[in-house]
Amino acid sequence: MLLTDADLEAIWLTVRLAGITTAILFVLGTPVAWWLARTRSVWKGPIGAVVALPLVLPPSVLGFYLLLAMGPNGPVGQLTQALGLGTLPFTFWGLVVASVFYSFPFMVQPLQNAFEAIGERPLEVAATLRASPLDTFFSVALPLAKPGFITAGILTFAHTVGEFGVVLMIGGNIPGVTRVASVQIYDHVEALEYLDAHRLAGVMLVFSFLVLLALYAWRPNARK
Amino acid sequence: MQRIKALFFAACLAVAGAAQAEKVTIAAAADLKFAMDEIVAHFRAENPKDQVEVIYGSSGKFHTQVQQGAPYDLFFSADIGFAEELVKSGHAASNVMPYALGRIVLWSPTLDASQMTLASLADAKISRIAIANPKHAPYGKRAEEALRAMQLWDKVESKLVYGENIAHTAQFVQTGNAQVGIIALALALNPALAEKGRFYLIPEHLHAPLEQGFIITKRAAGNAAARRFADYMNSKPARAVMTKYGFVLPGETLGQ
Repeated sequence: MLLTDADLEAIWLTVRLAGITTAILFVLGTPVAWWLARTRSVWKGPIGAVVALPLVLPPSVLGFYLLLAMGPNGPVGQLTQALGLGTLPFTFWGLVVASVFYSFPFMVQPLQNAFEAIGERPLEVAATLRASPLDTFFSVALPLAKPGFITAGILTFAHTVGEFGVVLMIGGNIPGVTRVASVQIYDHVEALEYLDAHRLAGVMLVFSFLVLLALYAWRPNARK
Repeated sequence: MQRIKALFFAACLAVAGAAQAEKVTIAAAADLKFAMDEIVAHFRAENPKDQVEVIYGSSGKFHTQVQQGAPYDLFFSADIGFAEELVKSGHAASNVMPYALGRIVLWSPTLDASQMTLASLADAKISRIAIANPKHAPYGKRAEEALRAMQLWDKVESKLVYGENIAHTAQFVQTGNAQVGIIALALALNPALAEKGRFYLIPEHLHAPLEQGFIITKRAAGNAAARRFADYMNSKPARAVMTKYGFVLPGETLGQ
């Protein structure tokens, strides 16, 4: 095997981080996307903008705020300490929390588009057949929005794998805990270990290409 | 239209003006953050025509960047070895000029570090210790050496968090995310940190000396301002600033 144990550890950590983040965002992102797709509330604009913020904000802004908020003197840090959880920076779960914020729009926006594409009609038909709103959502909306879920899942996973700035600011670079693949590559480069950097960077390149290939190769079929 | 023309003209003038003034871009190890800012201020006062810009970061990163043709005219490395390598590989227009010896300290804003020693780090009450990344940051390497010399490495390794450079490390401690850190004396002496916490000077026999050196890079071979700044490092005001920040200067010993 060309990769060192430390590299494999970093890759495994990255996969776990991205997987858990994606799972959490399916749960959190779906209701938000559903609400954004169907609401006529005046809050649609502001909430939509907040959801999209991580697309625009530099990761250093997010990292800075999270570091202060989750630190021992920050509001989130006070809360986690009161709950006996300690503080979140430099922990795996701290990275998960950061990634959930960071990748939020990548989950919500494809889902919102998919929900909007369904339109009112199938839902109204379901209602005339006496389906409850919850039943309608699970039996009608979910299956119709399946392509959107696949796109959202892949994008969220891939975007979390590509995270660097936020992790550097709140991660503390701990092997096996917060040293993800992108940070490991950065360390290799700074230590002038170009060969190691090349190997891991190559893996990331191939992975990213395959993910996008899967996304684009599969997409045309979604158009029925 | 008239206004756009005027704007365009003004922009051209600005660009032409900038090209004529002598400009020095300095890449400096993060431990120099505050000391270098002061030295540059003195230098500017004496050489008002020269433009000086300083970028702070880890020495390892700058070393790589200079090799790849980064637009730095001077490179101040926290580890003289990086500067020596650049001279050997033909990326320098000068010899290595040693400028200081660095020291490392324990520093904390919440605990009284002046009452601590390295052995205190094994205490169960301390759960997070920040050091610079030993893989490429000179101050991190020395921190690891000192911990190993005290046979503490195995006991504290699980508590360590790694900063990208020494200023990043200090920031981990300053925000309280790590209770204590091993940082540069130069940073602990800077007023912003000195007000918040005290430090314990780690005995220098526990680690290899933090010999620091700088070079003029190849691209600056004909840059008179870069040469002027290099010479200025040996001036009285510059040396006074360095001493104030706890650096031991070449040819001197640490005055207690």
